[in-house]
Amino acid sequence: MRYSALRILKEGLTGNKGWKPVWREPEPKAEYDVIIIGGGGHGLATAYYLAKEHGITNVAVLEKGWIGSGNVGRNTTIIRSNYLLPGNEPFYELSLKLWEGLEQDFNYNAMVSQRSILNLLHSDAQRDAFIRRGNAMFLAGADAEYATADQLRAELPFLDFDNARFPIKGGLFQRRGGTVRHDAVAWGYARGADSRGVDIIQNCEVTGFDIENGVCRGVQTSRGPIRAKKVAMCVAGSSSRVAATAGMRLPIESHVLQAFVTEGLKPVLPGVITFGAGHFYVSQSDKGGLVFGGDLDGYNSYAQRGNLPVVEDVAEGGMAIMPIIGRARLLRSWGGVMDMSMDGSPYIDKTHIDGLYFNGGWCYGGFKATPGSGWCYAHLIAKDTPHPVAAEMRLDRFKRGHMIDEKGQGNQPNLH
Amino acid sequence: MIIDHPLLGPRDAAEFIYLGDACLIDRPDWQAEDAADAYHDYGYIRDNIAGPMQELWYHEQGDRSWLVVTRDTLTHEITAVELARDVARARGRSK
Amino acid sequence: MSQVNRIKGGLVDRSKSLDFTFNGKSMTGYAGDTLASALLANGQVLVGRSFKYHRPRGILTAGSEEPNALVQLRSGAAQEPNTRATMTELFDGLTATSQNHRGSLEFDLMAVTDLASPFLAAGFYYKTFMWPAAFWEKVYEPIIRASAGLGRLSMQDDPDTYDKGFLHCDLLVIGAGPSGLAAALAGARSGARVILADEDFAPGGRLNSETLEVDGMAGADWAAQAVAELAAMDNVRLMTRTSVYGAYDHGVYGALERCTDHLPGSGGKPRQVLWRIYSKRAVLAAGATERPIAFGNNDRPGIMMASAVRTYVNRFGVAPGKRVAVLTNNDDGWRTAQDLAAKGVEIAAIIDTRDRPAVCDVKGARHVRGAGVVDTAGRLALKRITLTDGQMIDVDCLAVSGGWNPTVHLTCHQRGRPVWNEDLSAFVPGKDLPQGMVVAGAANGNLTLAAALDEGRKAANAQIKDLGFTVSRKAAPKAEDEAYEGAPKWHIPSGKKRAWVDFQNDVTVKDVKLSHQEGFRSVEHLKRYTTTGMATDQGKTSNIPALAIMAECTGKTIPETGTTIFRPPYTPIPIGALAGRARGTDFRPYRLTPSHEWAKAHGATFVEVGNWLRAQWFVKGNEKGWRDSVDREVLNTRQSVGICDVTTLGKIDIQGKDAAEFLNKVYANGFAKLAVGRVRYGIMLREDGICYDDGTTARMGENHFVMTTTTANAVLVFRRMEFVRQCLFPDMDVHLISTTDAWAQFAVAGPNARKLLEKIVDADSQDMSNEGFPFMACGEVTVCGGTPARLFRISFSGELAYEVAVPARYGNSMMEALMKAGEEFGACPYGTEALGVMRIEKGHAAGNELDGRTTAHMLGMGRMVSSKKDCIGWTLSQRPEMMREDAEKLVGFRPVDRSQKLIAGSHFINKGDEATMANDQGWMTSVAWSPSLDHSVGLGFIKSGDTRMGEIVRAVSPVHDTEMEVEIVSAHFIDPEGERLRA
Repeated sequence: MRYSALRILKEGLTGNKGWKPVWREPEPKAEYDVIIIGGGGHGLATAYYLAKEHGITNVAVLEKGWIGSGNVGRNTTIIRSNYLLPGNEPFYELSLKLWEGLEQDFNYNAMVSQRSILNLLHSDAQRDAFIRRGNAMFLAGADAEYATADQLRAELPFLDFDNARFPIKGGLFQRRGGTVRHDAVAWGYARGADSRGVDIIQNCEVTGFDIENGVCRGVQTSRGPIRAKKVAMCVAGSSSRVAATAGMRLPIESHVLQAFVTEGLKPVLPGVITFGAGHFYVSQSDKGGLVFGGDLDGYNSYAQRGNLPVVEDVAEGGMAIMPIIGRARLLRSWGGVMDMSMDGSPYIDKTHIDGLYFNGGWCYGGFKATPGSGWCYAHLIAKDTPHPVAAEMRLDRFKRGHMIDEKGQGNQPNLH
Repeated sequence: MIIDHPLLGPRDAAEFIYLGDACLIDRPDWQAEDAADAYHDYGYIRDNIAGPMQELWYHEQGDRSWLVVTRDTLTHEITAVELARDVARARGRSK
Repeated sequence: MSQVNRIKGGLVDRSKSLDFTFNGKSMTGYAGDTLASALLANGQVLVGRSFKYHRPRGILTAGSEEPNALVQLRSGAAQEPNTRATMTELFDGLTATSQNHRGSLEFDLMAVTDLASPFLAAGFYYKTFMWPAAFWEKVYEPIIRASAGLGRLSMQDDPDTYDKGFLHCDLLVIGAGPSGLAAALAGARSGARVILADEDFAPGGRLNSETLEVDGMAGADWAAQAVAELAAMDNVRLMTRTSVYGAYDHGVYGALERCTDHLPGSGGKPRQVLWRIYSKRAVLAAGATERPIAFGNNDRPGIMMASAVRTYVNRFGVAPGKRVAVLTNNDDGWRTAQDLAAKGVEIAAIIDTRDRPAVCDVKGARHVRGAGVVDTAGRLALKRITLTDGQMIDVDCLAVSGGWNPTVHLTCHQRGRPVWNEDLSAFVPGKDLPQGMVVAGAANGNLTLAAALDEGRKAANAQIKDLGFTVSRKAAPKAEDEAYEGAPKWHIPSGKKRAWVDFQNDVTVKDVKLSHQEGFRSVEHLKRYTTTGMATDQGKTSNIPALAIMAECTGKTIPETGTTIFRPPYTPIPIGALAGRARGTDFRPYRLTPSHEWAKAHGATFVEVGNWLRAQWFVKGNEKGWRDSVDREVLNTRQSVGICDVTTLGKIDIQGKDAAEFLNKVYANGFAKLAVGRVRYGIMLREDGICYDDGTTARMGENHFVMTTTTANAVLVFRRMEFVRQCLFPDMDVHLISTTDAWAQFAVAGPNARKLLEKIVDADSQDMSNEGFPFMACGEVTVCGGTPARLFRISFSGELAYEVAVPARYGNSMMEALMKAGEEFGACPYGTEALGVMRIEKGHAAGNELDGRTTAHMLGMGRMVSSKKDCIGWTLSQRPEMMREDAEKLVGFRPVDRSQKLIAGSHFINKGDEATMANDQGWMTSVAWSPSLDHSVGLGFIKSGDTRMGEIVRAVSPVHDTEMEVEIVSAHFIDPEGERLRA
């Protein structure tokens, strides 16, 4: 069923009786060409691009709970490609370009809204680093724009310019950055994959792998065994636990990241603003809530919830940079489990087990990567060779000494 | 969270800095034949336990003790707190 | 407007009239009113507009669960959007305006969306607004954003202050209703330290709203008596206007106390206090929330929760209507009819969805059995209801009771799942409660008064007994159990009429059904697709009905369909309160250098360096711009002498028999053989082999070293050294202490540095000659006639230079003494900017170069990393891709056209190559204008840089839309042989 304004008109006039399920609820088949473990954003995007770009449609997406229940349903919805390093920037720029055409591509309005992202800077050293980053973005074909404090004052007069502990000395914009309605991404990919024949199977938990002589032949699930020629893990947040059932230990720690939203407000913010010195970033959703977050809680956790000190720390950052939000009320908080990798960058790679693929380690940057991750993972699964822009996102990079460390924090995941 | 410091009693976790899995105490022998692999695993590979885990916390806003805290990563329940120095000795890190 | 609906009775103070305005209309209420009760008293039933369809809305509840009656409170910078009228205590001069309408509240132009509702069903926006793509940001989204949202921020800085505090107790009791009061009394009488917190300004909970009796007196009187007893006890902290909003790990609770929100102004006091409560145990006595029933047009102003109607009548002395009907599926709803009738309010009908006899006798009321309401009429206020059998009844208020949901929110804050109780048709707390918490009373599913009192007391007793207190023997309060039986009724089939489930977000039964039809069947999909429960009330009245209707659609039971759990906060918390005093320049503390006052008095401009404020440059005479000052400071230092406060560098005192061996571990280069009285430069690696800090360490004695770190890494280096000491080498005899704050340290640099210091350092304490105190010497000296000091001959500027350290308390005087001694040489103070220029001229790496990705190999210091000893980081520093021949190496750069200024952050591209990431050769890390050379100089990393001296490459900066040719040169622009520093 194709969605359009005309269709809404027709259905509205006939009591909205004609709308069909957005995806089917099939029983799992005995065997597939490809099984994707994890019905989050990345898994569904991978299925979609496998079907659409590579013609591989005998695919199942196995989801333990409900699709989109991972971090695609629990994030701050930001998209951007303002990265520095060659191992990252071309990948995120590909992802951003895919976002730009996504809705027309999968005929679902995910509200991709390119209202800009701004990184504020407060010192000369930070300015030098941001200029380097902005230039790297240009070299990779992305956009970047340096703004002086005076330019920012004109554009965002409500920021605290005059009484700040860390005075604003400028900022780096990416005008093509912005936000996306996060849940709709999962639903849009699910709909697109389903319509091309992919089986999306909810409430189907993978409990083990069938590995014969070093080759993965399928999985054990809560709904019985399923055979497959290729099995692709895509379970960021649970990567270590799932991989452990295949006997793998990963360069990943699980950490909790909290995020917050206020009550709905009439328009306040034009785009995304990040205040790195105060560990605070914020945007405003189309419904009017200020969506904001900050640092990890900092300790390993699978609990999907955080603690008070970080809540207060984030609010302090908010009040420091925009004291107009004091009377906006924090309405809801949530805690997501992050696959924190050892250098802050993700993995899209084959494993040492033939036929078993791995995608994870997205830290708290997985949402913006959704289309790019699906695109490159599908490429890897279909062609057994990494996509050029994801060629450095390998599991063996620490052995070789080729880290992709955007923050320069080394092998301590909670600092990335 | 509250960490029951073995010397100082209960302290808010916000006084501490977190490092990670207490396996970081088990620094490999730099002269061993497999040192490169051992250091790779030491530096980069984690069990990432879902359940009770021994981990390193540093009382930076306090007495600067490194502690080994046994904490459940699913529930945050803390069942033991020891001085890391004692743990290190028990793990054979004495000279 | 007069108080047309005010009736007799209630707990308001009629001797204190309070004037207020709503949408500019003047009204009057009494002390003890909420804004909601005062509006109802004044006959103002229309209060706001809904989010999506802009439907007229009134007041639904009398508590924090209110979805409809949200107002913009106060005006100017203090205005507060989305404020629940039901939680706003009336004060004299209160101003409130309604939200979310264009034109007046009565004639909202946006109400046209209601007419288009067939086309605006759940999720319609996912199916359209896609063409053309560019229209989303330019056309569709601006329209959606302007019509979405509810209230407005003032866009001015929050004028109020907020405080934070910490509280400790044995027993925290959350909620001061009957079970909470009983629990607090039990705990307090045993001698335990008790905190009793309630979000209301009047403790008592439902006791204030009901006509039930406790110990033979009116419930409200009993509550007042209990509160008085508690208030008189030293071991009790009674906190009204305090919402316990979150249950965090290990018995820590977040609470918000509203201190001045009930006053016309804060009067300079903190508006609110955010408390962190550390409790050994807690009793959750949060009560229960009445739930609505969905039926056709059930959202009109005048349709209210039955319990809220009782509250307005009994507590506030306000009749929400002149002629009232009750719709109920349970016995409790009947009490509303009874209480109203007792106050003389006309009860037109009691419509019980159950087909059973009357629960009690209500005078003049028609009892309609086994029926429901299917439609209502009245554009801006309820006028008429239509029953299932078609009969119509004229009423101006309909009291609806759909049963009660225990307020289980805080039990879920650690992801505990509530369990379904078939008898109550409600979720009750599950087994996985937050550590130390028990639940009592209605919150635990014990919905009657006697049961609540009993369980509150027993719960508290069990808790404190566990803590070792002796339980008080004082008799339990006595009350009777009221009738509360009910049969679930979630919605009444109402033909094509829309029946609201989530009032604020305009989610109707049809939307829930559409969600099912389109496959969004899990409870999380339902919430996300329809937005049920996402409004400011977080679904307190809507989540369970929506779930129940979804269960009907799927043919499953409610628990099979799903459970919703809750996350903090229980009610919304202002960001200002969460931030407290940490805003403006108080956001984070400043650290000031020992010579800060001197610098301030001598024209310093300060700059934030991490936590420190440091002098950036000193303006002298008529200097116009910063470059004038910085150039002068550099030239003055290079030509004569300059003085800089370098206290901010980290200083770590290292002592013990194994101190030298310890340094061998933490530094990549060797320290064991450093002679006493000598200083050595060292680089530190992380265990992953990356170079992260550098500095000098002085051997003051056989077993005594003094280390300096960079300012930025002072804390981190110390932390890591403690790790090495305690966790890796626990038996080494070595002790560390940070002495950054203990010593004030000054760099004295320039050809006249020795001459200057000869006037400062006591001659009998140190031979200052080049032989007596050569480059890289250190020693304990005295200065200015006996003040103990440390002297180091080290140089960051590349000049003949010393650093002299005195106890921090002498810092300001030392600066004065140095400047006085330097007068004859024309000594000048210099700031961080000149410091930076000189270190770039000299080619020293600093923060811009050591960005956490740099190897010693890249710095040209690969050979310093000793392979002869075990040091942190050695093994992993040897990985193949970190040792590549073509790695980026640190070198110097100068513009081919010397008049051009280099740009830090430029990338290097070989001549003739396209500027792409694939052709990226490296980047410029630091640049400065060298007044010594009279051109711009830069440091940077470029592939194989050490073998490319003299090569010309392009430094491109597309961010500035510019590029220039630069020459690769040695990083040592000044005195490459190091003759000056050894002079």
